[in-house]
Amino acid sequence: MKVRVFVSLKNGVLDPQGRAIQHSLEGLGFAGVKDVRAGRLIELEVDETVTDAALDDMCRKLLANMVIENYSIERVPAKETQE
Amino acid sequence: MTSFRSAVVTFPGSNCDRDMAEALAKISGTAPHRVWHGDADLPDDLDFIALPGGFSYGDYLRSGAMAARSPIMRAVVAAADRGVPVLGVCNGFQVLTEAGLLPGALMRNAGIRFVCREVALTVENSQSLFTSGYTAGEQILIPVAHHDGNYFADDATLDALEGEGRVAFRYAETINGSARNIAGVLNKAGNVLGMMPHPERAIEPAHGGIDGRALFESAIKGLVGA
Repeated sequence: MKVRVFVSLKNGVLDPQGRAIQHSLEGLGFAGVKDVRAGRLIELEVDETVTDAALDDMCRKLLANMVIENYSIERVPAKETQE
Repeated sequence: MTSFRSAVVTFPGSNCDRDMAEALAKISGTAPHRVWHGDADLPDDLDFIALPGGFSYGDYLRSGAMAARSPIMRAVVAAADRGVPVLGVCNGFQVLTEAGLLPGALMRNAGIRFVCREVALTVENSQSLFTSGYTAGEQILIPVAHHDGNYFADDATLDALEGEGRVAFRYAETINGSARNIAGVLNKAGNVLGMMPHPERAIEPAHGGIDGRALFESAIKGLVGA
C-alpha cells in the first residue's frame, strides 16, 4: 500500500526557501500570499504488514530531523491509488 | 613524540577528505588512515577521527542525513562515546548533528546563497582539546564554503551550550543566519567538535593564511605530547 509522509519545518523555524518562493510569487504578480513554507512529500510503497509504529520509527530515525521538522503520516486508501 | 594515529572518513560525495588528510599528515608527521563509508570498523587505537567537508550522498534528504546512517558512522559514534576525539568540518559538522553526536541542526543559509569566502571567527573557548592553541577572544581568519551552515537549536539548548562553554567559535559577523552567530560547537565531554569553517584550508602561507594550524596542533599536542 501507499503511504505519504509529509515533512515540514516546525513553527518558529525560519524557512529561507519558503521566503524566497513567496518573493518570487510576488514578483510574478500574485497578490495576497501571506506566507510560504516549503516542505517535503515522501511516498512509500509498503507491505500491509508495516505497522504505524514502524512508520513512526522511520520518520524519527531518518525521514524527518526532529530538531527542526515535524512529520505527518497518511495511509493512502487502495481505491485512491488505483485511480 | 609517539606517532599520531588518525583517520579521515570518506563518504560518496566528500570532497575535502584529501585536504583534511594532507593537513593531518603535514602537521602530525604521520599520514592518516583513509576509511570508506561502507567500512564497518575503524583502525584500532585511533587518536583522532576527522569527518571532512563535501556533499555526501549528494545532500539527499538533508545535508549529512544519509552519511550519518552509513555503516562507518556506527563505529564513529562508538569511538566518540569512548572518548576518541572527532572533528567534523562543514559537511562533517552536518553529519555529526544528524548522527546525534552534537545538538542542533544546520539549515539552508538564511540568505539562500552559497557562501564561499574567508571569514573572521572569534575563539570563544580556548580550553578544549581542539582550541588550546588559541587565546579566548582571539580573532582568526578561516575560509567557509557552504550552503547549509545556518546553525539552529532551541533557546534552551543554545543557553546550555553557552553556559557550558561549548560554543568553540563564533562568526565575527553574520554570514549565514546561524543562531547567536555560532560557527562551531563541542559535545558535552569536549571530545567532539563540529564547525562549518575549514581549518584544513588555512594551514600554510600559500593558502592565504595559517590560522587553522593551531587547531590541529592543539589536538596533536594534547593527544601525543609535544
